[in-house]
Amino acid sequence: MSVLDSHIPEGPLAQKWTNHKNNINLVNPANKRNIDIIVIGTGLAGGSAAATLAELGYNVKTFCYQDSPRRAHSIAAQGGINASKNYQGDGDSDYRLFYDTVKGGDYRSREANVYRLAEVSGNIIDQCVAQGVPFAREYGGYLDNRSFGGVLVSRTFYAKGQTGQQLLLGAYAAMNRQINRGKIKAFNRHEMMDLVLVDGKARGIIARNLVTGEIERHSAHAVVLASGGYGNVFYLSTNAMGSNVMAAWRAHRRGAFFANPCYTQIHPTCIPVSGDHQSKLTLMSESLRNDGRIWVPKKKEDAEKVRKGELKPTEIKEEDRDYYLERRYPAFGNLVPRDVASRAAKERCDAGFGVNKTGQAVFLDFGSAFERYGKEKAYSSGHKNPSQDEILRLGKEVVEAKYGNLFQMYEKITAQNPYETPMMIYPAVHYTMGGLWVDYNLQTTIPGCYAAGEANFSDHGANRLGASALMQGLADGYFVLPYTIGDYLADDIRTGKIPTDSPEFDAAEKDVKDRIDKLMNAGGKHSVDTYHKKLGHIMWNKCGMARNAEGLKEAIKEIAELREDFWKNVHIPGEANNKNSELEKAGRVADFLELGELFAKDALHRNESCGGHFREEYQTEEGEALRDDENFKYVAAWEFTGNPGDAKLHKEELTFKNIELKTRSYK
Amino acid sequence: MKLTLKIWRQKNADAQGKFVDYQIDGIDGDMSFLEMLDVLNEQLVAKGEDTVEFDHDCREGICGSCSLQINGEPHGPEKLVATCQLHMRSFKDGDTIVIEPFRAKAFPVIKDLVVDRSSFDRIQQAWGYISVNTSGNTIDANTIPVEKAKADDSFNAATCIGCGACVAACKNASAMLFTSAKVSQYALLPQGRVEATERVKAMVRQMDLEGFGNCTNTGACEIECPKGISLENIARMNREFMGATTKS
Repeated sequence: MSVLDSHIPEGPLAQKWTNHKNNINLVNPANKRNIDIIVIGTGLAGGSAAATLAELGYNVKTFCYQDSPRRAHSIAAQGGINASKNYQGDGDSDYRLFYDTVKGGDYRSREANVYRLAEVSGNIIDQCVAQGVPFAREYGGYLDNRSFGGVLVSRTFYAKGQTGQQLLLGAYAAMNRQINRGKIKAFNRHEMMDLVLVDGKARGIIARNLVTGEIERHSAHAVVLASGGYGNVFYLSTNAMGSNVMAAWRAHRRGAFFANPCYTQIHPTCIPVSGDHQSKLTLMSESLRNDGRIWVPKKKEDAEKVRKGELKPTEIKEEDRDYYLERRYPAFGNLVPRDVASRAAKERCDAGFGVNKTGQAVFLDFGSAFERYGKEKAYSSGHKNPSQDEILRLGKEVVEAKYGNLFQMYEKITAQNPYETPMMIYPAVHYTMGGLWVDYNLQTTIPGCYAAGEANFSDHGANRLGASALMQGLADGYFVLPYTIGDYLADDIRTGKIPTDSPEFDAAEKDVKDRIDKLMNAGGKHSVDTYHKKLGHIMWNKCGMARNAEGLKEAIKEIAELREDFWKNVHIPGEANNKNSELEKAGRVADFLELGELFAKDALHRNESCGGHFREEYQTEEGEALRDDENFKYVAAWEFTGNPGDAKLHKEELTFKNIELKTRSYK
Repeated sequence: MKLTLKIWRQKNADAQGKFVDYQIDGIDGDMSFLEMLDVLNEQLVAKGEDTVEFDHDCREGICGSCSLQINGEPHGPEKLVATCQLHMRSFKDGDTIVIEPFRAKAFPVIKDLVVDRSSFDRIQQAWGYISVNTSGNTIDANTIPVEKAKADDSFNAATCIGCGACVAACKNASAMLFTSAKVSQYALLPQGRVEATERVKAMVRQMDLEGFGNCTNTGACEIECPKGISLENIARMNREFMGATTKS
């Protein structure tokens, strides 16, 4: 029997959230003043949750490892945020957003959660506009939309290529308002080192002040983890360098189940790896696929010449180009979902058609967009017979207005001008759909410990569609968690302040200090990065875009060995009681070395292909993912039992009452 | 390439700092400036020496963490880039590069190249927002149309990454470009107009309290800003401030 209870409310799908809100317990405003909440992470989910909880009257403490909440990695999300507002009148609705998201996630997400997400999506836009988020506007003054992969409507709201930045600054401004009121106390340059449980409930954290190295105790009636994803387990990813899994992993070790760790989104439009020195990868927004066409040469000899620099892409004739996404998926073309586009790029490169030095890149070409927009612009400004030069000039202007910052970023990194030659792109690790298991209230299996945004597993299934991460982060933070947490806290109004001098805090602090001592005194010779890079290699080669049983078994063994070696042979310079970024990294990599093993174990047990999890043994003759609904229509939630390799599997069966399970087709 | 690095080393806020020379070899033009420092730190770990602390995170020019003064310029010689997007192809074999923390009274050094920029947070906590409840009971977003040109100007001001290059570039260590970008973002939108008077007064007051200097219209801030935030914003803030202080 599974111990997992998702607490999904009864009743018809469209009424579940409203009914739930009508029936859960509330905390009287006068009592909220006596309740403390800790929020870990200040990105879209954590920042918005902290602001809203403080607005409601709770006392909030926020923690982030950056020097300011404004630097959380949500700031780097580019393309946009979805909402089912149907401003474009193209047939969008809550149901359609719900449908696209469940289908996009390959039927591995929870219907009730996803419907709630769609339901509150419109409200997010209203809220952000009221907060002064400068979304793109049309000439009439109304909000503009564009479309993203995996859908056939235009529902994405955006602020050029910096939507995440603007939404995060909106949440940060809302936080600032509460900091000014004294309702939020912000602990920046602090890292959560452990979760403290008292009588089985989350009652606080042990944190490290990253400037002084001081170990601190902080108590609260509830702890919200909004600490993001674990993509950095791959070393190279689009995540910020400091993004880590520590908060979630420490909670996992204290009893919170970890769900679907193997679901990782590989994003198709990243700047390809250029060499061994590289520390991270840069994403080009998916919105580029609205206008850019993806191709490789049709002939292998052309591809070879391009790789050697003997042939320019612009010299390859139209009929010698293989627009493989348009060829394979005529209905969605370049706008297929990320997992499909990523695998298709890998397939072409593996077959020898890659176009950069390493053979691991495809073209993203704006040539036809320049032409199309240029003609339109010339025509509408009275030039009915423009020259080809005129068309290209005008077309480039239009594209610059839409994606200028992305083109500039590409040029800065690659030293190539994307207005003159097609961009080169390749898939890279981007977002993790797995995370802490939560119920409908976003509570983990530890009472009083909540998880929001990318840190939880709940809404995306096996794949995440574009523009849906920002939506989920803000939905959880502004509109879901602040309600659902009240249900739990209503029982705590008489508890009073939680003391930090209890044996539980003593023990947790001792664990943290012992772990730091052990790291500082490992006495080895190798840098933390050496281990992180080695782990990344194993993960990318054996748990990456395609996995198979043999490789996964090897990965599990190799990661366990690497972990053992790390604790014996790592070297950390400096002191523990001073700012020490090597020590910070070491603590995080130690966790990645455990999570990586669970990741591989999860991938090995799931004998099917779905979304971001592609097992080579399970594919159709055409190379498409082959799902097994009969045996794997469940959430895999792992319980920590002392060693990541021995984690115990619990299953939450997924039931689909409102959507018929179909093979995902974008043809 | 082979380079000589002159790096500011300072153990903590109270300690005395000094420049230390490091020789580094095998640097590739495709490396970012921060990746070059990663290589140096790897070598320091191998030798058992303390690594050089510097702030960085997203490494794609948007989080605003990185903050180096390189050969006297914030974020180095390239225009419109943060240090993380500066590539070593901008330097030549045999170059000597001086690397310092951003210098300003309001940005005290924490360690080596890391400075404390929390004064920027406090300026924004002093009314750098629109006072709307986050309950979600807001009107439909399309109820108030916003003129496209104004929305675009507001967006352009809002793209400030809060890195502090403007302060580091200014001979007076003034935070006018940063503060004015925040003031402008809200002043240009109908939603932010209601409390614009109070906002500009509160933010300017906090800016002064933090110990930032005055603006003398030199314009170095605009030249060094990685996001191309325009001096127009300073003009707009001055206008807003004059209006606000003469009204009351």
